[in-house]
Formats: sequence, structure tokens, C-alpha cells
Amino acid sequence: MLKWNSTGTPTRLLILFIGVLTVACVRNPPLAQPDNPTQPSDTETAASSKPTTPPTPTTLPERLPELPTIVEEDLFLTRTLEELNRESPLEPAFFEYDSSELNEISRGILETSANILNRYQNWVVTIEGHCDERGTPEYNLGLGERRALAARNYLVELGLEQNRLRTVSYGKEFPFDPNHDESAWASNRRAHFVITAK
Amino acid sequence: MSLSFRVIASIILITSAVLLANPQAPSTPQNEQTQQPSQVELIIGDNIGAQPSFAVPDCLALTNDAETVGAARTIAEVLWSDLEFEREFRMLARDTYSTIPQARTLINIPLDRWRELGADGVISCSVERSNNEQIKVTARLFNVQSSSSAFGVEYTGSFENARVYAHQLSDELHRHQRALDGVARTKISFSSDRDNEGILGSTSDRQTKEVYFSDYDGANVKRVTVTRSLNITPAWSPNARAIAYTSWRRGYPDVFISHIYRGNLESPAGGTTEVHNWLPAWSPNGSQLAFTSNRDGNSELYIMNADGSNLQRLTNHPSIDTTPTWSPQGHQIAFTSDRTGSPQIYVLGVDGTGLRRITFESYCDRPTWSPSPYNEIAYSSRTGPGHDIKVVDLATNEVRQLTFGLGTNESPSYSPNGRHIAFTSTRGSGNKHIWVVGRDGRGLRRLTSVGNNEMPNWSN
Repeated sequence: MLKWNSTGTPTRLLILFIGVLTVACVRNPPLAQPDNPTQPSDTETAASSKPTTPPTPTTLPERLPELPTIVEEDLFLTRTLEELNRESPLEPAFFEYDSSELNEISRGILETSANILNRYQNWVVTIEGHCDERGTPEYNLGLGERRALAARNYLVELGLEQNRLRTVSYGKEFPFDPNHDESAWASNRRAHFVITAK
Repeated sequence: MSLSFRVIASIILITSAVLLANPQAPSTPQNEQTQQPSQVELIIGDNIGAQPSFAVPDCLALTNDAETVGAARTIAEVLWSDLEFEREFRMLARDTYSTIPQARTLINIPLDRWRELGADGVISCSVERSNNEQIKVTARLFNVQSSSSAFGVEYTGSFENARVYAHQLSDELHRHQRALDGVARTKISFSSDRDNEGILGSTSDRQTKEVYFSDYDGANVKRVTVTRSLNITPAWSPNARAIAYTSWRRGYPDVFISHIYRGNLESPAGGTTEVHNWLPAWSPNGSQLAFTSNRDGNSELYIMNADGSNLQRLTNHPSIDTTPTWSPQGHQIAFTSDRTGSPQIYVLGVDGTGLRRITFESYCDRPTWSPSPYNEIAYSSRTGPGHDIKVVDLATNEVRQLTFGLGTNESPSYSPNGRHIAFTSTRGSGNKHIWVVGRDGRGLRRLTSVGNNEMPNWSN
């Protein structure tokens, strides 16, 4: 697998451009189209016009040398921390109301994250524990702590080293969705991942 | 910010009758002119059987400069509000005084006109510029029934913050007349996003919350922390010279103490990326702090000296144990624990013994123990989609409710005389504001008006 070193931005853009072009070319090889013969004008009848000689076929353009397809995930290596976190490759694990139990879906999300973290061994992550706006701010600091720990402990069970996984509780102080309905609350009850080093 | 006034207080006893403005008014009875004023005359209202009615007319500005005139107006207005807040006196509305002529001097006041209005006590006040920097404020409380002066004080100091004179006078009047500690000179600390700043280094849209404090009536808001991070749960030290709080300024929650007059900062609980500390509570004598920490694997309660030494672990249970508050004598701590499945309030001796459960509702948090002479704990209780403030009497176990379903009401804090509770409420606009209510549920009022403000803590 080709290893892409971190390079300057213009070179990076060039590589990206070629990559896009290659992908486009690989997917849709352009076929040479023979030139359209000139149509007889409407005033002349079809019978009286003489057939024109067929044009000589043009040769197909040579295919560009095949560049290896760029795996999307390898672009992670070239991203900054800020860009990475905006894309959130490590998805949040969500929780039920007043609970810090991991359900099957959340465990699945964490398993995916564990795979990613196994591939990128240099990544250090902070797991933030969050709560919805209901309940008191003070108790929710403890519930957020418990949610962050639940996510971390499961990742450690899956084999990740604890010292790569920091935790912070934010209680209900930083909701992701400011609305006051069930869907907002469900979105806010989460263990949220922030990559802090790579 | 340093206050530069010096109180020269004296209690002046006047044995002769006060001059009346109207010479045709009936003269005072012969015997009152020769007797010493009794204690009954000094304490206005004891013989009335109802709350004494007080009036605070405009102060006399004895010099004409703008600062003196402004101070005179401010002092009367603020004094009236301070007295009205404590609800010990029935305050006569100031717009009913419009027909009563202003006194020409401090002691030359038309007592007969005040008697007609139904006043039992009138506070006469004068303000005079004494030099470039200072004013002199003189005040007398007149017993209208006996036409005698019951109380008098004189203050000198800067003209900068005239409200301070009113607050001082209000507290002294409550002490003298009602044997009560007023709260007019106290402060309320709180957490606010009013400066609308973004958290440094955050990838999403997060606003800072910083620690502020104001006068007990919401005036003179001052900012304590400048960190571009999250700062919440402020707690005044008992000597009101420091504020402890929880701050994420280092990227994780830790307990900080800002010494606001010395200007230095401490973090005695020793937080690190792994060890987190939050929700500090001062012991009544200021020597220790109780707080929550995750250092032993889950949220537990600890006590340490204010300098961080002598750490003791208080709870040892896999549940969340948090939000400590000290009893008035400092022998017990009330806290929240979800060891039965939902957050409830418990009391525990500081030696770790004597655990007992106090609340039995669906969700109770953020206990705050009343100061003596009361023996009760205020807390936030889930009563619907939101919360309400309730108080449980520790002797009778009776619970009374102070708010009733308007918005959500959280984070209660007692005034140092135990008669008022400050709390966060979203009632009205939906924004969080600091509100105050009497411990009897009356006298509700809002203190803040800008941004979102929460988690009040009332100083001594």
C-alpha cells in the first residue's frame, strides 16, 4: 500500500486532483466518437444526395497509466486535528434517559471506533460525557462522568490501552442540539469523541 | 473596587421633643418632655401588634453639587428597597409622600403629617459634600408616635457608590430595631455567559461560562474569571474574600479558588488529566472544603483543608455521590447519592458515620443546608418536565414547596440569615436567571437580566 507522507498543501492538492481525475477516468473511460457526417440540408431530397465517404476512425486516446485508487481513510493521515474532529470519524455512543448503560447499537459504534483506533495507533482521544438538559446541572456532572467511563471501559475491554483514552464530563453544559424536544435530548445524551493527538 | 468609607456610628438619644413644622399642632404631652425615652420608644412597633409602618422620604442634599444630589436620591431609593426586601417593616409607598413637605433640616420633620399617613417610623437622611473626594451621610430614625429619635448614624466616605450607605444603614436598622442580621451588604456569586465568548480551542460552538458576583440586589455585577473556558458552581468562602468554583480551564474539571482581593488563584485539589474534582463546598469556619472527585474510580465525596492538605475520603460506594453541603456547625454533610437508583439526598457525619436518607421523591439534588437558627435543607426536586425548589425540615421531616412549575428551578442557595433562597429559574423568557424567594415562598423577584445566569451562591 502506498504510504503518503505529509506534504505541502499545493503538492497535496495536485495529488488530490490527479486522484480525482484518475477515479473519474477509471470509472468512465471516454470513448472516441466518430465525427458526425454533415447532414444534408432540408432543401435537398435524400434520394438525390450522394453518400459521403465515411470518416476515417480516430484512434482511442491512450489510457493514462493506472494510479492506485486512493483509500478515503488514508486521507486521515493528512488531515489536521481540527479537520479530523470536524469529520468525526469516531462516532458518538448514545445513551438512554438517566442511564449510562451501553446498548447494542452503542457497543457497535464503539467497536467500529476501536477498529479505527487500532489502525491509527498514534491517536489519543478524549471521551466527553454529556447529558440532556433535564435533571440538575450538578448531578449531571456525575452522570456525564459515568457515561464517559462506560465508553472508555468498553474500549479497554476491546483491547485498547487506557492511556490513549482520556475522559471528561461536561454534564449538561454543552448540548449538541439546543432544542427542547425528544430528538434533541436523545442527541445530547452521549459519549463524544475528540481526537487530541495523532 | 475598594470601599473607602469609614463608619462613624453613634446612637443619639434625644430627651427633648422634636420641633414640629406646624406651630399650631398640638404640643407633645407634658410627661414625655421630661422622661427618658424608654426601650419601647427606641424599638418602634413592639406595642403596635402588627408590622410597624416605615417611610423613607427623599434625602436632603445639603450641598448642591451633582454627586451629592445624585447620592441623596440613590440612598433614599435603595434604602427603601433594602427595608422592603426583608419584610420586617411595612414600607409605605414613596409616591404617597408627595403631599408631605420635605423637611428643611435633618431633625425638623413634619411628624404630624407622617402620623396622618400612618407611619410609625420615618427615616430622615441628609447628604453633604465634605471635601473633593468625600460625602457625609447622616440619618435618623424617628418614632412618629413619641416624636423622638430612636436611632441615628453618621457615615463619611467616597461618593462613588452611594448604594453602599443605604445598604449599611438598612443592616444597622434591622439589627437595632429587629435584632436581625440584614443581608443588604451581602453578595451573590453566579456563573454566566453574559460576555458571549467562545471556548478557546473548541471544535464546536461552545460558549464560555465565567464566574461573576453582584450585590445581593443584582447591582454592581463584577467579573471574577477570565479564562475562555467553562466555570461553574461558585462558592463564597465564609469570610467572603475568596470564591471556590469548578473550572475546565485546563481541559478537565478541577476546583479553583480565586482570592478576589489578593488577586491570586489556587487549585488545592490537585486535578490532572486523570484526576478530576468538582462542586467545592466550604466548611462553616472556612478551614476545609468538601468536594466531589473521580480519583478512586467513580464520583465520591472528599474533604480537605483549604490548602489541599489532609485529604479524607468521605464516601465509598459505586453510586454517584456528589454536591456536598455542610451543616451550620460543620459536623455533618448533606449530599446527593443515586445509590437507590435515583438521586436522593442523604446526611452523613464528617467522620463518615450516621448515614441517613432525607428525601423520598423521584429525583432530588443540590441540597443546601440552611444557616442557624433554621434547621432545614433546600433542594431541587423533579416535579414534572422541570424541577422546583423544596425545603425539608430536619426536625419534622415536613417538606414544603417554594416554586410551582414555572420553568425549571434549580441550584438553591440560602442567604446568611436563612430568610431567603437564591436559585436558577428559566421561568418567563426561557433564559436562565437568578431569582430570590423568601423561605416562606413569598417575595419572589428576579436579580439578573443579561444573558444566562445560574448557580447562585450567597456570601456572608
